[in-house]
Amino acid sequence: MAEGWTCPVPLRDHDRITIAHGGGGLLTDELITHLFLPAFGAAASGATPTDSAVLPFGDQRVAFTTDSYVVRPLFFPGGNIGELAVYGTVNDLAMAGAEPMALSTAFVLEEGVEVEVLGRVAQAMGEAAALAGVQLVTGDTKVVDAGLADGMYITTAGVGLVPKDVDIRPERATPGDKVILSGPIGRHGTAVLSVREGLEFGTDLQSDCAPLNGMVHAMLAARPDLHVLRDLTRGGLASGLCTIAETAQIGIRYTEATVPIPPEVQAACGFLGLDPAHVANEGTMLAIVAPDDADAVLEAMHAHDIGSHAVVIGEVTEQNPGVVVARTPLGGHRIVDRPLGEQLPRIC
Amino acid sequence: MKYLSEFADPDLAALLLTDIAETVTRPWALMEVCGGQTHSIIRHGLDQLLPAEVELIHGPGCPVCVTPVEIIDQGLEIAERHDVIFCSFGDMLRVPGSSTDLFSVRAGGGDVRVVYSPLDALSIAEEHPSKQVVFFAVGFETTAPANAMAVHQARDRGLTNFSMLVSHVLVPPAIEAIAASPDSRVDAFLAAGHVCTVMGTAQYEPVAARYRVPIIVTGFEPLDVLDGIRRAIQQLEGGRAEVENAYPRAVRSDGNTVARAMLEEVFETTDRDWRGIGPIPMSGWRLSAAYREFDAELRFAVHDRRIEANNGCRAGEVLQGVIKPNQCEAFGVRCTPRHPMGATMVSSEGACAAYYRYRRLGEVDFDHG
Repeated sequence: MAEGWTCPVPLRDHDRITIAHGGGGLLTDELITHLFLPAFGAAASGATPTDSAVLPFGDQRVAFTTDSYVVRPLFFPGGNIGELAVYGTVNDLAMAGAEPMALSTAFVLEEGVEVEVLGRVAQAMGEAAALAGVQLVTGDTKVVDAGLADGMYITTAGVGLVPKDVDIRPERATPGDKVILSGPIGRHGTAVLSVREGLEFGTDLQSDCAPLNGMVHAMLAARPDLHVLRDLTRGGLASGLCTIAETAQIGIRYTEATVPIPPEVQAACGFLGLDPAHVANEGTMLAIVAPDDADAVLEAMHAHDIGSHAVVIGEVTEQNPGVVVARTPLGGHRIVDRPLGEQLPRIC
Repeated sequence: MKYLSEFADPDLAALLLTDIAETVTRPWALMEVCGGQTHSIIRHGLDQLLPAEVELIHGPGCPVCVTPVEIIDQGLEIAERHDVIFCSFGDMLRVPGSSTDLFSVRAGGGDVRVVYSPLDALSIAEEHPSKQVVFFAVGFETTAPANAMAVHQARDRGLTNFSMLVSHVLVPPAIEAIAASPDSRVDAFLAAGHVCTVMGTAQYEPVAARYRVPIIVTGFEPLDVLDGIRRAIQQLEGGRAEVENAYPRAVRSDGNTVARAMLEEVFETTDRDWRGIGPIPMSGWRLSAAYREFDAELRFAVHDRRIEANNGCRAGEVLQGVIKPNQCEAFGVRCTPRHPMGATMVSSEGACAAYYRYRRLGEVDFDHG
């Protein structure tokens, strides 16, 4: 790095990257806004806050995205890092309404990792790609010293074509729109926590890790004018809703009692002091649609396994721009915030 | 789900709220002592459902919030050592010491680990015999038994590389300090249920009698909190000032006698500084003479740290219910959850962090739709 480089707007409180900067919360946003974008300058003038960029290409539009996968442990109930690396990128494309075409796969392997483990991950990626209907077309392999990579890190990038007439972006959330949730929340984060070293707890819960593009295809077939789609990965339901509300400068209100939360998730969050709305998902999404389209979209979702519990949880409001408000089961209200960074379990 | 959903039943909550509204005839200020109760109140919007006469003051019962800066600085200094694995509950990682926090120490190369139990720290000590493993023992009487057990087991197993930085605080002396303060506006206390699960209820009798203040042992789920409030209002309206157990499914009058015996063996009471409040006599625990060899403060010779003047944070007045969080000049301006000046803005149980959301209610229209 060039000597003398300083942040255009210094990141207050931290002169080093902390784990919370990668948590997908406010600190991640701050890093993007105050470090990456100013440093990239004009080269990033077309960057978007969404998971996929949609670029004009001739008379077509291409969605383009990339993501790195650093999960620990590599295998967890209901999935593994390979499936995540395929589904995560496929889902980012699907959230722009794109038909995913092709993915690249780049591996950073830790010296000493068993070949058999890598083989199982690679096979899982092949099967996941087949299920999602995408090709794995190029890749890269690097090895780093033992102790540097938790076994392996995987980066995938993906491209897909956005069908004509499809225009899905957070800014399109419009007062009166319905907010649809595709299924029970908190399964991936809870499943991973349940097998994390030092925290093992018994549960039958499986990660929700799954490709969403098939269901999105059916939703678009039912109603092409979907306004916003968002998969609820890091930061969970709360982060997804807050990002949409802030980007579109609209309010969102939802009713907590309508949000399906598996009992295992509720219990784990109860004793760990976490909010289920902050827990990560890997195959669960929000759709924001015009009120007249809600029933048809729900019907299309219900026809898919992963959308069989899809439900309207709330609506977009003119009131409270940028703010998400939840009605609690007891009839009170609370403002829903994003997690700041790493989830910090409470002491008592 | 057992013990969760049935204590959040909306119909029963409505009955309790009706009862409270029909009983109350004049304004009363209740302090919920425990941060877990504050969290539940804000999380479920209970404060919005209560009649206007009932004011809730968020008390000092957030262990993260009251841990003195001196002890956090001691922890940071220990955590920075290359021969140390420093284990802590997650909440403590973001709490600012006088110059840095544990997250930053970790980013700078310190081996700081989040554990869910002090016994996990003990296992880490066994797995890393060449390292000194230090557990940051923060909390009220609730977390103390497990910490006492960890030290006890460390001695049994002959672990010489394990120690604890102890900053335990005790609830009854804090309640008494608040009740005795001439500035206090508190008419009744909702005592922290899980502290009483361990310690029982007898310690509160003299406080209730001396200061003529009802003390209701209260749980944490929405119905528990509402029932605690209901009983407090009944006592206040009836002119009574008694200790009452509204959490009998978890609290017996003599507490958990096995845990208390362990605590008595491992800890001894000591004067303790409370962050923002100041010294309260005999309000903390430290390791007793028989276990002093496990005291990280002595092992790493960090016992004489003192820190500079206040940065303008008025957390102490907030913790005592003297001011509301938004009456602090720094609140929401220089001090936010993202840039906390005091611990009450850090912890999810902290009154300022909870209020930071609450303050925004002024800008939010809840009635629409």
